[in-house]
Amino acid sequence: MHVRRRLQQLGAAALLVAVLVAASGTVGSSAPAPPRRGGSLSFIVSAEPPSFDGHRETTFAVIHPIRPHYNLLVKFDPLNYPKVVPDLAESWTVSQDGLTYTFRIRSGVRFHDGSLLTSRDIKASLDKIIFPPQGVASARQAMYEMVESISAPSPNTVVIRLKWPSATFLEKLASPFNWIYKADILERDPRWYERNVMGTGPFRFKEYVRGSHWEGVRFENYWKPGRPYLDGYRALFISSPAAQAAALKFGQALVEFRGFAPAQRDEVVQFLGDRATVQESGWLCNILVVPNNQRKPFDDFRVRRALTLAIDRWGGSRALSQITFMGPVGGVMRPGGPFATPEAELTKLAGFGRDINAARQEARRLLREAGVPEGFEFTVKNRNIPMPYIPAGIFLVDQWRQVGLNPRHVIQETGPYLADLRAGNYDVGIDFTCDFFDDPDVQLVKFVSSDRNPLNYARYTDRLLDGLFRQQSRERDLQRRLQIVRQFERRVLSDRAYQYHLLWWQRIVPHWKKLQGYRVGPSHYLEDLEEVWLSE
Amino acid sequence: MTGRPDALATRVWPTAARPRTGGRFMRFARRYPLAVAGGGFLVLLVLAAVLAPWIAPSDPLANDYLSMFSPPSSRHWLGTDSFGRDILSRLIFGARTALLVGLSASVAGATVGALVGVASAYFGGTVDLVIQRITDILVSFPLIVLAMAMVAILGSGTANLVVAIALSFAPRAELVVRSSALQVRHTTYVEAARAIGAGPWRIILRHMLPNVLAPYLVMLTAFLGQAILLEASLSFLGLGVAEPTPAWGLMLSGAAVDFVQKAPWMAVFPGLAITLTVLSFNVLGDALRDVLDPRLRV
Repeated sequence: MHVRRRLQQLGAAALLVAVLVAASGTVGSSAPAPPRRGGSLSFIVSAEPPSFDGHRETTFAVIHPIRPHYNLLVKFDPLNYPKVVPDLAESWTVSQDGLTYTFRIRSGVRFHDGSLLTSRDIKASLDKIIFPPQGVASARQAMYEMVESISAPSPNTVVIRLKWPSATFLEKLASPFNWIYKADILERDPRWYERNVMGTGPFRFKEYVRGSHWEGVRFENYWKPGRPYLDGYRALFISSPAAQAAALKFGQALVEFRGFAPAQRDEVVQFLGDRATVQESGWLCNILVVPNNQRKPFDDFRVRRALTLAIDRWGGSRALSQITFMGPVGGVMRPGGPFATPEAELTKLAGFGRDINAARQEARRLLREAGVPEGFEFTVKNRNIPMPYIPAGIFLVDQWRQVGLNPRHVIQETGPYLADLRAGNYDVGIDFTCDFFDDPDVQLVKFVSSDRNPLNYARYTDRLLDGLFRQQSRERDLQRRLQIVRQFERRVLSDRAYQYHLLWWQRIVPHWKKLQGYRVGPSHYLEDLEEVWLSE
Repeated sequence: MTGRPDALATRVWPTAARPRTGGRFMRFARRYPLAVAGGGFLVLLVLAAVLAPWIAPSDPLANDYLSMFSPPSSRHWLGTDSFGRDILSRLIFGARTALLVGLSASVAGATVGALVGVASAYFGGTVDLVIQRITDILVSFPLIVLAMAMVAILGSGTANLVVAIALSFAPRAELVVRSSALQVRHTTYVEAARAIGAGPWRIILRHMLPNVLAPYLVMLTAFLGQAILLEASLSFLGLGVAEPTPAWGLMLSGAAVDFVQKAPWMAVFPGLAITLTVLSFNVLGDALRDVLDPRLRV
């Protein structure tokens, strides 16, 4: 009797515990474990950095291995995109008219060589990005057209004056490429950072072995108390998707921050089971089809329009999303993002409609009208990066063959490929855009006239388009701004068909569960190792 | 008597005693059954390559997104790849790439090597010394490394691939042919030609080269297999022909590796095609060497 009562009491207690556990979620997630200090993170980078200078480069191959050596003035919150949070700026104020930004700079911040950071270093770095000296390349200069001046009135203050108010200036300033360098070094040699590393970031440079790895170790004098959690990191350069999946499966690396194709994701998850987790997100990246607007017959807008009409984007999206990370169909702004073109409007643009047969008939008619013969041969230049460029090239060749064209796919190393695109030595190129932030200023700058933006390889000049870009950038009313963006989009993609998107990308990041403090966002440029830690 | 010596020989040799072609072939087939099988496979391969547009069931470049990763079936005998392309059609058209690159590179490489080898043997002295040291350097590199270096210099693409493979073969051919040419260098007919005032190049081309044809032919068959393997290897490494051109090595790379568990037929059939072709050339080459090399016949 006594035993039965004890058992009843135990059963009731067990039931109570079960109810409490169920109410508070799973046992593991009820109280997140505190960040653990220590350990080294190995991750995969699928390309090597062309130089070490973030100001001149546009690739994740620079961001992932080298960004941890630097701080920015302000940055995107790595766990809460698109919130902008302080980095080297402790705080800031914006004047009533939105034209003056005053930043208070942290004191006691040290460079890896032991010297103290001052506002002079911030000014010198931003000057290099926004007003680069002769012979120094700056990839994002055009994005800061609104900046009038930068000054450092005191060692702890930086003031940026704008020519016109920009609603998202702070976000632009938070570009993950805007690394803060040392003014003395820039003064001596503004190109020193192309081949050297020296910043204030959470990790010091240890070694770079070309073709193998890049290594960083914790900077013990880092200004942020308790950070970074990691003792160090090792970026492994592995380009083959199959080898990347193998490295992840067998624990050689814990993550590849850029993203995997669905097949690789499934392979990794199947192999690792509950040791892996997958984070997915929309992606601020896309493949662009770039006809050479100065070369015959692509100087004829009917031919360019025919090329875009021949592409079955909706069918391609369904198919290619199974074998690559390409997927969403979209216009100039990211599908699913705050400025995305609604589908009803998108399908009115040439090449974005749902009726591919009608579109291809129209394409054939335009080609005939432009005097392009059946079986016309031209080259499609592409880079030799397997994912997603080569599948994109194979897909495009097939699409254009279906309207009677005969494209030849030419695959080159990235260096010669970019040199050819920059020199106009191509018929049609396969390019990409990847950005760090959803904003028309950032996404549309790629399409302003080639003489205003050297990153526009399509080789056209359209002052009306440049005007629309400037107009939307200065517009403070969101609805009106959206209208201008739509106008811009219609002109670029459809009416003049200067260059056009193939498909946007979908970010799929499988990683080991023991990697903590990391959240996938829509940009693979925003990875920040400062908050990342390893649970075991 | 004005008859030509060979006409005289025809009369002197009793017709009945000469082995008939059919009989000779049967004897060869009995002695080298593998070579005959290999030869048969190669004949089929050449026919497939020549007749590709008529016998391939589908357009090798046409994507079919409703048939992605289809396993072998009555519709697609060898299945489809990640773009829904028919693998059999791509294999048949890929034979063109393999044979084009294989034949052109082997003939070009072996011929250039043979010419240099005979010239080196004929001139001797400093010319021979310089050529041999250069050859030693080139031969010290593995074939694939040399070919990769050439492609890196010349760039990818079918034409450059042919040149790269041919240049990699040439020093090897040069070594083999030179050693044969050294044996005929002091034969009486070469001495006689020199005595009647024939120039060096006339002696090399008319009198020496035809007499080193046996090793040249054996080497050619060996090179054919190697060239096809090299083309496949370079394409696999992304240094050969570009997608979507049907090429066996290319078919083995990229998606075939990524999806090997999901669609193993994407890798199995191109691999089988390469293996069988190289094997065929090798067994045929071995048999030819046995037949043409008088020392082995003894």
